[in-house]
Amino acid sequence: MSHRTIFKFTSEPLVLSRRLIIWGLLIMVLLMVGCRQQDVLLEKEGDDTTPVPGDTIITGTIADASNLLPMLSTDSASTEVSSAIYNGLIRYNKDLEFEGDLAESWQVSDDGLEIVFHLRHDVRWHDGAPFTSADVLFTYQLLIDPETPTAYSERYKQVTEALAPDPYTFIVRYKKPLASALISWGMGIHPKHLLEGQEIATSPLARAPIGTGPYRFVEWLQGEKIVLERNEDYFEGAPYIKRIVFRIIPDLTTMFLELQSGGLDKMGLTPLQYARQTKAPGFVRRFNKYRYPAFSYTYLGYNLNKPMFQDRRVRQALSYAINKQELVDGVLLGLGQPANGPYKPGSWPNNAKIKPYPYDPAKAKTLLDEAGWSDHDGDGIRDKDGTPLAFTMITNQGNDQRIKSGEIIQRRFQEIGVDAKLRVIEWASLLKEFINPGNFDVTIMAWTVPIDPDAYNVWHSSKTGPNGLNFIGFKNDRVDELLEQGRSTFDQAERKKIYDEFQEILAEEQPYTFLFVPDSLPVVARRFHGIEEAPSGIMHNFIRWYVPEALQKYQR
Amino acid sequence: MVLYLAKRLVMMVPLLLGITLISFTVIHLAPGEPTDLQTDLNPDAGVELKERLRAQYGLDQPLAVQYGQWVKRLVQLDFGTSFSQDRRPVWDKIVERLPITVLINVLSIALILAVSIPIGILSATRRNSTFDRLTTLFVFIGFATPSFWLALLLMDYLGVYLGWFPISGIKSLGHEYLTGPQQIWDVIHHLMLPILVSAFGGLAGFSRYMRSNMLEVVQQDYILTARAKGLSEKIVIGKHALRNALLPLITLLGLSVPGLIGGSVIFESIFAIPGMGKLFYDGVMMRDYPLIMGILVIGAVLTLVGNLLADVGYALADPRIRNQS
Repeated sequence: MSHRTIFKFTSEPLVLSRRLIIWGLLIMVLLMVGCRQQDVLLEKEGDDTTPVPGDTIITGTIADASNLLPMLSTDSASTEVSSAIYNGLIRYNKDLEFEGDLAESWQVSDDGLEIVFHLRHDVRWHDGAPFTSADVLFTYQLLIDPETPTAYSERYKQVTEALAPDPYTFIVRYKKPLASALISWGMGIHPKHLLEGQEIATSPLARAPIGTGPYRFVEWLQGEKIVLERNEDYFEGAPYIKRIVFRIIPDLTTMFLELQSGGLDKMGLTPLQYARQTKAPGFVRRFNKYRYPAFSYTYLGYNLNKPMFQDRRVRQALSYAINKQELVDGVLLGLGQPANGPYKPGSWPNNAKIKPYPYDPAKAKTLLDEAGWSDHDGDGIRDKDGTPLAFTMITNQGNDQRIKSGEIIQRRFQEIGVDAKLRVIEWASLLKEFINPGNFDVTIMAWTVPIDPDAYNVWHSSKTGPNGLNFIGFKNDRVDELLEQGRSTFDQAERKKIYDEFQEILAEEQPYTFLFVPDSLPVVARRFHGIEEAPSGIMHNFIRWYVPEALQKYQR
Repeated sequence: MVLYLAKRLVMMVPLLLGITLISFTVIHLAPGEPTDLQTDLNPDAGVELKERLRAQYGLDQPLAVQYGQWVKRLVQLDFGTSFSQDRRPVWDKIVERLPITVLINVLSIALILAVSIPIGILSATRRNSTFDRLTTLFVFIGFATPSFWLALLLMDYLGVYLGWFPISGIKSLGHEYLTGPQQIWDVIHHLMLPILVSAFGGLAGFSRYMRSNMLEVVQQDYILTARAKGLSEKIVIGKHALRNALLPLITLLGLSVPGLIGGSVIFESIFAIPGMGKLFYDGVMMRDYPLIMGILVIGAVLTLVGNLLADVGYALADPRIRNQS
């Protein structure tokens, strides 16, 4: 399973379980007497540890996929399904380091301008056709073709030349060295013999894909389920689990009920479900819970084009006024950690020496006083030259975590004499009317964190224009320099130095108040063995998961 | 009658055009475009991609031109292609979701009628009795109960705890391996909870309506006459009163025709049923204009046809109206 490295907003709505309220309210049901359903499947720890093929895993997904050609879809459901069907040339391993996928090996030239990939010889498409460098070249040409409606073309346009000198060699050359170029070749490679001369946008492969990956496509019932079965000829060895069924269940509460009744084997839990609803002995006996930091962080972003936020002391004061641990405890029920910067805690780009901003309202008040924001007119709100320190925080509808964070922050701001309002706006409107035109004071949003630390698109001053990702208008010459250097440096130790300094500047400047990093909370039925937690999560060795024969549940 | 029908049908055309024009304008007034979701906040997407997508979708044309093109296609019964990333014909997307939504709504209405008509009659004939009061209380509780709450409660108790019903979806995992009768039972078994829940809220309206119609009818002179003739209560109510009391239901049923294709997004999300409600909601969220317009047009046509059917049905059932027209 390859990781896509995309800066993308995480906008999945978080639905909190309503079960507690339900039970609290309905006493009359308790009068009904029912016979307890016997656990159909008594899960025992199988002592049989030799992996055997068989069984099906049923995974819950909140949304249906849209398009199973990797280059044409941006939604997470499609990506999850297509990553089991396709391979890229390289991928991140469990420790988030590069490893070959369809490429056996690769070399980057000393000047960083050329990458040579040596491809595997033993790969076949699911229809039996051999995989060669022609497929890679074809995929590249599709990606840069103006007729292809792909959202991934930008990094491939940096390529000056792409060559396939023989069936198992693929060479790309760049104008400028680009460190994140390497992982752009983690994009799923598309089959030339099936797509050539076709209009890709309307290709039947979007709905019935043929790839090189560990699983082949079986069927897709719209809005209901997608079924894959193992590829017996997979070049890394056939997976043990025979089938994957993605069941589409748009409601997280329903999904959790399905899980409890045995209709699902795997899902991502909400913090509430994880913390409060998985303690029953029956649940513990049948499921394993996992927990590790997610690849995302939630932040408060200040619009630096607004005069009140141009003074660094004001931004620092606001950071001191927020109790991040309180947010983690209240919003995530402790299942997360305070964030101090734009990288995942514990990953190599993260600068562990950054001093966190502790909750210190006294210091916040001092800083605001220094900056000239005091309560001159005695109305309880700080002001300066007749302007009150009042602003509106905006966030998107449907994301409870952000809305609750906003409410808690609002109160903390009030305590230091800052009047913050909270507005919740539908996603498309939020982007179109407020974020893109820079028409906002403060926003609460989240970024997914790519594994490659290149943060050029979010923090470089050239990206401050309309529709740029640096919509808060952060401009810092030193940061620009660092981001340019970091992009074109391949050596990890060198890069670390560069990005460490970049994080120091962000910590000092506080253009964002980094709020928290939530945890990923997957749960998997206990009959699945071979699961191994790693920095990348639990899916990295999915083809090596297995169910001991005695515990197998589905025969077909 | 034929002339009347023809007149009504011709009148529908401008009405339909007006409806589509307003719908088209309103959805384009909403901020955001289908292209935004693919290109906004995505560093891998270039600016020219957005322009290209807009050109591909025809969004770079003036609104009037876009509307004109859409109408031109509609006249040829072409609903266009969805703007979502699957780029499938709108018609296909609607057709694959329609059967399940219609099935659930028809069954749910049938259940509502089967329960609420007797309740209404009994409540009316035994006005202010304990039964009347209890059913009144019961249907209002039903009316006030949020359907998502009831659904989750029943799923948890009947599905997880007792294991009597499947929790969500419309088919079991191994559905394709079952025999014919087993398959039918499988679907019925899956549909029981959703239909129960969706009917529960509708009972109140229909049963109260039935009750008040009945009350009105039993006070009429001809019922007094029937009773004076010495007919049994059963015949008085069942034959003379019921026929007239049922008449207004025709209008109600006519009004519920468009509702047959409109699912509910909350309900479908909770039961994981791939129906029209979710399709429409997702379409709106993605600003998938052709899909939204397609569903609205079908809904508008059904509303107008439903009204017409109700009027015609009424005329057929009631000679007084028939003779007027």
